[in-house]
Amino acid sequence: MTIPYLLHLADNALVLGHRNSEWCGHGPVLEQDIAISNIALDCLGQARNFYQYAAELSGSGATEDTLAYLRDVTAFKNCLLLELPNGDWSRTILRQFFFSAYQYFLYEQLQQSSDTRIAAIAEKSLKEVTYHLRWSSEWVIRLGDGTEESHDRILHSLDYLWPYTGELFMPVVYETTGASEGWVIDPSQLKKSWEEKVFAVLTEATLETPKEVFMQSGGKTGRHTEHLGYILAEMQFLQRAYPGAEW
Amino acid sequence: MVIIMQTPVQDIEPSAIKARVLAILHTVLDPEVPVLSVMDLGIIRDVQLHRIHDQFSIEIFVTPTYSGCPAIDIINMHIRMALLENGFKEIRITQVLSPAWTTDWISEAGKDKLKAYGIAPPHYRQNVCTPDAFQEEEAVQCPLCNSYDTRMVSQFGSTACKALYQCNHCKEPFDYFKCH
Repeated sequence: MTIPYLLHLADNALVLGHRNSEWCGHGPVLEQDIAISNIALDCLGQARNFYQYAAELSGSGATEDTLAYLRDVTAFKNCLLLELPNGDWSRTILRQFFFSAYQYFLYEQLQQSSDTRIAAIAEKSLKEVTYHLRWSSEWVIRLGDGTEESHDRILHSLDYLWPYTGELFMPVVYETTGASEGWVIDPSQLKKSWEEKVFAVLTEATLETPKEVFMQSGGKTGRHTEHLGYILAEMQFLQRAYPGAEW
Repeated sequence: MVIIMQTPVQDIEPSAIKARVLAILHTVLDPEVPVLSVMDLGIIRDVQLHRIHDQFSIEIFVTPTYSGCPAIDIINMHIRMALLENGFKEIRITQVLSPAWTTDWISEAGKDKLKAYGIAPPHYRQNVCTPDAFQEEEAVQCPLCNSYDTRMVSQFGSTACKALYQCNHCKEPFDYFKCH
């Protein structure tokens, strides 16, 4: 059960990192282009740490590269939220904020994992996520409490993204098993802290707290939106077309 | 892994070998900030010698500054090359993540070198390392004109470890090696 869970954590970081990297060279201003690219790099680094550990445990000749580049859509275990298209800056920012807040509380807990390797990666990653959360919170407030247009746009993004936030807290089998064995926390337990943080920032951003809606799920067990296939097509093309290519 | 120099190992004290390794590591520079050695950066967590028959193997424990730092692989390669050039044949480099690297581990000499290079060195234990939005920033001194009248332009700079600042006094933009 450890390997699927590690892949889940790694896929989350990789897919979001890839989405953020799409902004490289296209950010609204240079400084924020650099910021989102830096965050993409942090995500990639975290993904590598989890993939490397998963590859070692699998012992089947898998490497971080085969795990990232040679698995197909249904083998990916990332949450649906992370594979959604970037949309405009407000959607990218809001998604980052939702997920950074989730990672912040998750890594905080995983630092106490009985699996010392997971605990070490969490401890390392938490310092980076702290910066991501601070930066994305500020942008949510800036856009929400900004101009009429920025407010409308982030409101639209909130409607679009909100139904994908529930999946973060719906445990799947590798999480419930891990929680019963003590090396991972049941993610439903993170919901309260997450909501407190998120609602506080949304309020400061003059955005109404979303109503209860039907929550989408499936990504954690490999049922994805149509968007993930396109991400993989781009990300995996080189290794599929030229197996083993290096530079 | 293993094996050292031309001199038979029984003639060399392990402590002397370790000192030699550390001296070599002082010459391995960070490719992104080429005035800091890996020792100045504080990313070398330990050097261990393992005796195998009449020889020693060397294991270097390295911790990354940031998980996604693209310099990690290059730094490891440079460490390996520097040791190879000095007669050490096989070297093991082991990554450690815990305790997580902090800017507090940058040496005082390293901080002086950073400033001379035009990068504001990290404060000791800066207190704004929390996720709260719009915190008041601590004053960062301009490395060029020494004014404290500076402002943060972006928390994220030219590399993962730096933030972008501008001096209100001399107007120069500069990097701040941010607290981590």
